Amino acid sequence: MEALDLARWQFGITTVYHFIFVPLTIGLAPLIAIMQTIWYRTGDERWLRLTKFFGKLFLINFAIGVATGIVQEFQFGMNWSEYSRFVGDVFGAPLAMEALAAFFIESTFLGLWIFGWDKLPKKIHLATIWLVAFATNLSAYFILAANSWMQHPVGAELVNGRAQMTDIGAVLRNPTLLAAFPHTITAALLTAGTFVAGIAAWLMVRAARGKRLDLAGLYRPAVVLGVIAMLVGGVGLGLTGDQQAKLMFKQQPMKMAAAEALCESTDSASFSILAIGDLSNACTGVTHVIQVPGLTSFLASGSFSSHLDGVDTLQKSYEKKYGTGQNYSPNLAVTYWSFRLMIGLGVGSAALALAALWLMRKGRFPTSRWFARLAIWAIPTPFLASSFGWVFTEMGRQPWIVAPNPTGIDGIWLLTSRGVSTVVSPAEIIISMVAFTLLYAALAVVWYKLMHRYAIEGVADSEKDVSPDNPDNPDGADRPLSFAY
Amino acid sequence: MELSTVWFLLIAVLWTGYLVLEGFDFGVGMLLPILGRKDTERRVLINTIGPVWDGNEVWLLTAGGATFAAFPEWYATLFSGFYLALLLILLALIVRVVSFEWRGKINDPAWRRRADLAIIIGSWVPSILWGVAFGNLVRGVELDKAHQYVGGFFALLNPFALLGGATTLMIFLTHGAIYLALKTEGDIRERAGALASKLSIVTVVVAGAFAVWAQVAYSRNTWTWAAVVVAAAALVGVVVATRLRREGWAFLLSAVAIVGAVVLIFGSLYPNVMPAFVTANSLTVTNASSSSYTLTVMTWVAVILTPIVLLYQGWTYWVFRKRISVTSIPEHTGLTFERTSA
Repeated sequence: MEALDLARWQFGITTVYHFIFVPLTIGLAPLIAIMQTIWYRTGDERWLRLTKFFGKLFLINFAIGVATGIVQEFQFGMNWSEYSRFVGDVFGAPLAMEALAAFFIESTFLGLWIFGWDKLPKKIHLATIWLVAFATNLSAYFILAANSWMQHPVGAELVNGRAQMTDIGAVLRNPTLLAAFPHTITAALLTAGTFVAGIAAWLMVRAARGKRLDLAGLYRPAVVLGVIAMLVGGVGLGLTGDQQAKLMFKQQPMKMAAAEALCESTDSASFSILAIGDLSNACTGVTHVIQVPGLTSFLASGSFSSHLDGVDTLQKSYEKKYGTGQNYSPNLAVTYWSFRLMIGLGVGSAALALAALWLMRKGRFPTSRWFARLAIWAIPTPFLASSFGWVFTEMGRQPWIVAPNPTGIDGIWLLTSRGVSTVVSPAEIIISMVAFTLLYAALAVVWYKLMHRYAIEGVADSEKDVSPDNPDNPDGADRPLSFAY
Repeated sequence: MELSTVWFLLIAVLWTGYLVLEGFDFGVGMLLPILGRKDTERRVLINTIGPVWDGNEVWLLTAGGATFAAFPEWYATLFSGFYLALLLILLALIVRVVSFEWRGKINDPAWRRRADLAIIIGSWVPSILWGVAFGNLVRGVELDKAHQYVGGFFALLNPFALLGGATTLMIFLTHGAIYLALKTEGDIRERAGALASKLSIVTVVVAGAFAVWAQVAYSRNTWTWAAVVVAAAALVGVVVATRLRREGWAFLLSAVAIVGAVVLIFGSLYPNVMPAFVTANSLTVTNASSSSYTLTVMTWVAVILTPIVLLYQGWTYWVFRKRISVTSIPEHTGLTFERTSA
């Protein structure tokens, strides 16, 4: 394999891996903040127990998200230095802003939250988790600003063969970003909602079957909170995904044509549900087995009869614009299937939320084993949907690393093959790829074991209010730390 | 002043923040097997940095992001050129981060020993390699006409750079020992103070040799002698202060020495950001920088946000100002591997 393929594999592996942990962090932080707020408002100790329980799971997950995030920032320079030279003037800015504006808040206030239960007044302590929740979401905004610029460059001009920023406002209000951000956040909410609902539901069933009705009653509101987050996330995903698709048909028509395996231009394009193709990656090798007439046209523009360009037509027009001798379509099978799996898995988990809501209507306690099992099986679904979503977004952008803006900034586009580091040898990339993959695999095993172990343990039997507000905790007394590593 | 020079200064500030702050938490990690004889003592050590290590590490991410934004050519050449060295640093930082957070999660001695090992290795490796990297920057590297690094990995392991590695190692060890003396109570405080006093003497010799060598052989500016003198004086001050067990002063002077070292390193580069053996191939603040528009935007962002960051990080240190000792460490709250109760 050449350096280019290796560097792409490495980016794919490290990024998909990183994004297993990220959506859970983004979505879970506000849910924990809500739990702690309810405790703060009501003084109901059960919500403190839930806060601490999900807080532990949050921290196990947060650590690995942080650890794998450092790699993300470094590998642009390590493996993609030519890309970095080309885009640095624009792309570096949101990355630096993310660190300065978001990472500092997130890391500092999380430290205060973890260790500050007995040091900070309740209200201030509550504020720290809200700041963490705010900062994780803010960081998503900045990193998506950077990614959106690769999908759809704006606010820049070409000077001496590299992109130069002309308008930071345009970069931070990129329409692609304004569509991608709510889509990502709602995906995170679905992920975290499923996580909370799934674990709480499983524990609720266990408690109910063990005749611990008090415990089952404790978990029930957490299931409801999770399910609400799932529904908000699921509906939001549908709406924002629809917006994003419409935008993508305009901005990256080739990506969407590939996603639909739409070979020739057509009026009233059908939505393909199942297609089979040979492995040649040629559009003509695809046969659509099941399709819904006109639906793709409708998704693209809101009209069932609108005209859409197919892969072959687009290839010809790209050749005219950007030169011949290059296949401008992404890997069709990957784009087609990742798009469908993303949607299918996303819709699937939202549907489970509705089912859960129905089974728990009017104060019912589901106690069947299959309900508990389903709750657990639901948990990985949104994680997978997110991964497929990113595979679709990034692989669908190929062969570009910076896709051209069709409404035009002259000269701002870059083929992925031109972005890879020229001084890094394939051997060096193999070394780093093997090292990261092995380490990441080992960490994934530990992460899973810890999450599993803490999840099945359930909430603590009791939690004390150790805050300095509590008159039982005299100030300045010499007592052990409320939390220690 | 040119904006690109302002950004060169700002990046030096970010590195100062990183090395002063993460410097002591690397030191604490490295000293884990030396000052932490029993598990409870090790927990005292780790918990002195528990609430702050993550915030400290963000200074590195910010320095990296700022270099990308303000000097893309520098970022691209440096990161692709020092590839394997950075890979080792990344692997070390990854295992270190997860070990801090996961160490107490399972109540099992073997589990803790493994986490300790990861923290120890994860602290030693970057403490040495950051110095090697900075040493090579100061010394100059082999860049071709396109400003690409073509020297290979083993060229980075020259005597001067290795002395740089020894310098950051010694500075962080001393800095960490002083921090522990400042943040703990009882027996550990005593031993940390005594160790800091011993380490500080070695540090003066190693860091002094590196600074003078850097200045005489490689600095592009005479005025950086001032940084050499300040850093050296501060390190001598550290020797005195640690002997007198004046922990606050020792920590302050140790921090001043790190500031002096960063000024020396960055000052000796200027106006280069990455000097090449063939002068014409050097990356400079001018030819490596972003456009003035980007620099202006980023200047506003940095000028507004950095003081706020300093304020709330400073507040965190205030909240956790209390010294800790073996009596402040609670029982293990981690679970066992297997679930026992129903």
